Amino acid sequence: MTETLQQPSAAVTKRGVAVKSQGIYKSYGARTVLQNANLSIEPGEFVAIVGRSGCGKSTLLRLIAGLEKPSGGNLHVGQQPLDGLRENSRMMFQDARLLPWKRVVDNVTLGLPKERHPEALQVLEQVGLLERAHDWPARLSGGQRQRVALARALVHHPDLLLLDEPLGALDALTRIEMHSLIENLWLRHGFTALLVTHDVQEAVWLADRVVLIEDGAIALDLRVDLPRPRHRGDARFAALEEHILARVLQRPGSQDPAKEFAPWPATPAYELRWAI
Amino acid sequence: MTQNQQTLHGLPAISTHTQNDAGPSGVSVFLRSVGQRLLPYLLPLALIALWQFGCLQGWISKRVLPAPADVGLAAWKLALSGELWVHVRVSAARALSGLAIGGSLGLLLGLLTGSVRLFETLLDSTVQMVRNIPALALIPLVILWFGIDESAKLFLIAISVFFPIYLNTFHGIRNVDPGLVEMARTYGLRGWALYSNVILPGALSSILVGLRFSLGLMWVILIVAETISAQSGIGYLTMNAREFLQTDIVLVGILLYAALGKIADSFARFLEHSWLRWHPGYQNQSVR
Repeated sequence: MTETLQQPSAAVTKRGVAVKSQGIYKSYGARTVLQNANLSIEPGEFVAIVGRSGCGKSTLLRLIAGLEKPSGGNLHVGQQPLDGLRENSRMMFQDARLLPWKRVVDNVTLGLPKERHPEALQVLEQVGLLERAHDWPARLSGGQRQRVALARALVHHPDLLLLDEPLGALDALTRIEMHSLIENLWLRHGFTALLVTHDVQEAVWLADRVVLIEDGAIALDLRVDLPRPRHRGDARFAALEEHILARVLQRPGSQDPAKEFAPWPATPAYELRWAI
Repeated sequence: MTQNQQTLHGLPAISTHTQNDAGPSGVSVFLRSVGQRLLPYLLPLALIALWQFGCLQGWISKRVLPAPADVGLAAWKLALSGELWVHVRVSAARALSGLAIGGSLGLLLGLLTGSVRLFETLLDSTVQMVRNIPALALIPLVILWFGIDESAKLFLIAISVFFPIYLNTFHGIRNVDPGLVEMARTYGLRGWALYSNVILPGALSSILVGLRFSLGLMWVILIVAETISAQSGIGYLTMNAREFLQTDIVLVGILLYAALGKIADSFARFLEHSWLRWHPGYQNQSVR
């Protein structure tokens, strides 16, 4: 067990892929969802995108996944400009989207060449669901379904994992379990991860960088320099979380960049008024 | 330690007691479950007994309604002479080949219009228009076209089973969760792989509903088609018996239709249970 833990992590430190978006613009008819979104992600980095609902964060993720095409701007994943679905990008959705008519293990092998089917059981073991391999998805809990979806994504050894609020529908305890699981698998496999979430604590817990999207543009790009594993009770963790939360709740208007990196207690009282 | 041993020694005694207690209650539970099983059959059995009694007493004329025992005897004689099996085989072959033709056409066309927008706009409104014509209204036309031989019967059955399967296949495909299709596309599934892994299984429960409707219609149309004119089959058997006032054989024919309909429905339910095992709605037995 320890051997399998160490072996890949040594080999795959550079498995992740770089993502670069320049001046991305997306509109549906007259409604502009994203405007001039510039985001650059290092290989192997874990970036979380936060923002209010409808701010365009999921749209950005779907563009990077290749599920939709941008109306303008440049989008590069790896060396090539992105053109449609990529073979090495995998996406986890808000709902697990397991095929209910396939047993758990057959869901994991979806789209996998036959000779690699045995790997499915290894990945199921990594997410702790080996003994449920031959159950129907309908018999699993919400958290277990998302773990199967995670296994299904990881069995392809993606260099880019896109997570579209995958834990949004789970209860608080399951969510904490999933955070550690995702973090461990990310450390072990070394892929680039891009997480869309509305949970600021989740973002701070998991990500190297937290990006805030507001009205279709990137309003804040904050590095989280806390050592892993992180602790929710930690003072710096809490200060960072509060700071980002305050910034999310505040409407655009304060352009003073110096204030953006001030910890929570330093936030002036006139901004607090907006937060309430 | 000694206390532990005491309790351990005490355990078997307790368990034998509970077994003794459970004995009679287990039997009564068994009897109750048998009773529950038999209860639905109580009324039909009582009616049959009343019917038999009425015939024996001479309350009911044999011309109108022969006694159940006579009907059973007639069926037995027909079965012994082999005549019964010939007619059942002919009728079942008619019904099944009509179902095979109409059902596969309905399935193919439903898959086509459900999957390709162009075919929907091209074909669907025409099919919906034709669907509203009752198949039995076509009988005069069918006789003019095909005469009164086998092809007329096949045509009637095929056209009436076509629509339930077509409609349910079409809607089944349209109701496949687009999220699952999107997910499968991100996993590189295209063409036939996408179709066989996601779209067809997603539409299957709806297609099977269409099949059950079709099976019901199939027997209704068969009965009508066989009573128009036939040289063999259950319809011929009953019409022939009517000529000779053999009411018992007419009743045998009616009961045969009921039995065949029941068998077909059980078959469709068996398909649902084996193909939709994944569906929580069909997992009742294993949950209990």
